[in-house]
Amino acid sequence: MSDSISRRSLLTGAAKVGAGTLIVSTPSRMFGQDVKPITVGFIYAATRNDYGWNQAHAVAARRIAALPGVKLVEQERVPETVQVERVMESMIQIDGAKVLFPTSFGFWPFIQKIAPKYPDVLFVHAGGLWKEGDAKNTIGYRGYMEEPHYLCGIAAGMMSKTGKLGFIGSKPLYFIFNNCNGFVMGARSARQDATCQVVITGDWDNPVKEAETVNALVDQGVDIIVANVDSPKVAVETAERRGIMSCGYHTDLSALAPNGFLTGAEWNWAKGGDFVKAWQTGAPYPNLYRGGFRQEMVALSPFGKAVPQKVQQAVLAARQGFLDDTLKLYKGPLKDNKGNQVLAAGQEISNTDNAFKLNVKWLVEGAIGSTGLQ
Amino acid sequence: MGPPEAHAPSPAHATQSWRLTTQRLPTDSLESLLLSLAALAVAAILFGGFVALQGYDPLAVYQTLYLGGFGTRFSIENTLTQATPLLLTALCTLIPARVGLLVIGGEGAVVLGGLAAVLASVALAGAPASIGTILTISAGALAGGFWIAAAGALKHMRGVNETISTLLMNYIAVALMNHLISGPIRDFSQTLKAQSWSIPNAFMIGNIRGWSVHWGLVIGLTFCVLVHLVLRHTTLGFSFDILGGNRRAAQMAGLPIGRLMLLACFLGGGAAGIAGAVEIVAVHGAASESLVVGLGYTGILVAFLARQNALAVLLVALLLGGISASGGLLQRRFDMPHAVTIVLQGLIFICVLASNASTGRWRRSSR
Repeated sequence: MSDSISRRSLLTGAAKVGAGTLIVSTPSRMFGQDVKPITVGFIYAATRNDYGWNQAHAVAARRIAALPGVKLVEQERVPETVQVERVMESMIQIDGAKVLFPTSFGFWPFIQKIAPKYPDVLFVHAGGLWKEGDAKNTIGYRGYMEEPHYLCGIAAGMMSKTGKLGFIGSKPLYFIFNNCNGFVMGARSARQDATCQVVITGDWDNPVKEAETVNALVDQGVDIIVANVDSPKVAVETAERRGIMSCGYHTDLSALAPNGFLTGAEWNWAKGGDFVKAWQTGAPYPNLYRGGFRQEMVALSPFGKAVPQKVQQAVLAARQGFLDDTLKLYKGPLKDNKGNQVLAAGQEISNTDNAFKLNVKWLVEGAIGSTGLQ
Repeated sequence: MGPPEAHAPSPAHATQSWRLTTQRLPTDSLESLLLSLAALAVAAILFGGFVALQGYDPLAVYQTLYLGGFGTRFSIENTLTQATPLLLTALCTLIPARVGLLVIGGEGAVVLGGLAAVLASVALAGAPASIGTILTISAGALAGGFWIAAAGALKHMRGVNETISTLLMNYIAVALMNHLISGPIRDFSQTLKAQSWSIPNAFMIGNIRGWSVHWGLVIGLTFCVLVHLVLRHTTLGFSFDILGGNRRAAQMAGLPIGRLMLLACFLGGGAAGIAGAVEIVAVHGAASESLVVGLGYTGILVAFLARQNALAVLLVALLLGGISASGGLLQRRFDMPHAVTIVLQGLIFICVLASNASTGRWRRSSR
């Protein structure tokens, strides 16, 4: 019980920090203006304080709620079934919500089903699935998490004693492969002989398997892991218990591993606040928004206490590279882990080349394991 | 779980009680009604105390419950939609209870009914829409019916406790569905979620004109009324009651015990199977984990709260449908955890079970 209380207080704490930074960065002309009040609804598939995907959205919800004129309503544990349609309609009809954030990936088809019925409501979905022909009052947005994974990789490469890292992925999907590649390339940019064991569990959420995988990896000499699952809590805690280091995913996980936490790849879903403002004022908005650090869609967790100044500086320098667009994630010469050449020397892929990233079905050199695809 | 015979007369005057069943009906109904209302009131007070302890205003909470369940047209539609499958899954516990069996296998029958509906509809693709829909739903009814009848057969022939067997069969049904939808009948174009092939669009049943409530509601209502008529006003229903009241008396009266048991189980399972099939043809269009959301288990609660009376099921299903419809609003307005409505359902269930124990006591003492 005390665990859940501390989690909740952590969540609000994180939100306060977030809100604080946001107020500082909000243009001062926003204040003093009369803004139209607007109700914003967030719908989660699991609990808000899961130390994962849902918490990342809940943190964003609190930042968005701090915007002028915004009232927040939230509902959690809504299954990816027709149930979510009812919850969306209930928020619209009973709470008067004008912007909805149904946050689970599987909510998308239901959003498309009811969006045409409510043209005065904006539906914002974390997934980047919008395509021509979809409802105009819907938005898909998503971050290039491979960029913060690259930064985690740098920290891991510099900190590892054995040079053996571990990556636990959920589903064999393109963004998991991109994140894995980012992590491995970052590590090898700092330490050329670094390798990374890759395990795909096949489930979004399978804590038992995740814990077993971490234990197996530790037994093989891996000393830093990152877990790309819905809630990396169990993986990070297991790593801490086994005395190895870890990186976070989705949201700030530093509290779970006071000794071994390095840093983590975080979403910045609070960027959705821009869409809320646009809807409030009638300004134009994009239907599809993807980006990395430069587009403010991703962020880096605070460094753990184990990370020395030198490592922090190297990581932050690379982040600046992404911000300035001087650092490209995929650049030649680059081989996959089967020895095939992916990019020739001098070849570069733009950090916003979505078509390229969608087609990543391979793991880079240094990754040990397979994608699990045929 | 309460004893299935709880509503039946005590063995001492069992032999003559079946003769009196119809004559004593009004008093029985009044007593049942009063006890049910008392149980609800106690549950409401307990729940009020519970939320007050959590620091919420109980009156405001009840107001929100009302708003979310019945306060607006949207709420009512939402409630009716939530209540629809409960009408049918309640019958899965209710009908066997009349012959003295405590069946809790509604969940499994819903799943199998849904699976059978998908398989039948895919096989029937191209058939005229109305015939296709009817056969699809019938397939669901047959699957659910045989599933629960199997538990009845085990009970009759081998003496296997039907409560345990139907409970365990729920897990088998869900495992069977998970196996089928993750391989043999999986729609591989759906990458994010394991689900079966979709049924032909022509077989889907839409909403009732002018309402956002699907036709399953009418099916559920019709069944409850039909079952009520059969149980109350036919010799079959009377035979069920005799068997449920006293098995030996039924035997002495020359009733076909085995057949009655199997039939009751088949009818109950069939109703839950229809619930599953309706979920497919009216809501999901394909079988997936979406079928396993506790419809069968909530049905048990409805049956008990309705004291195994098919007409009372209508009201109780509405009440519980309203509670689940307003669960989200409670969360949103008070920042209450999701589990709060489950606490309310649980309190109602416990109070109803407790009140069952006092059935007949009031009558005896007032004599």
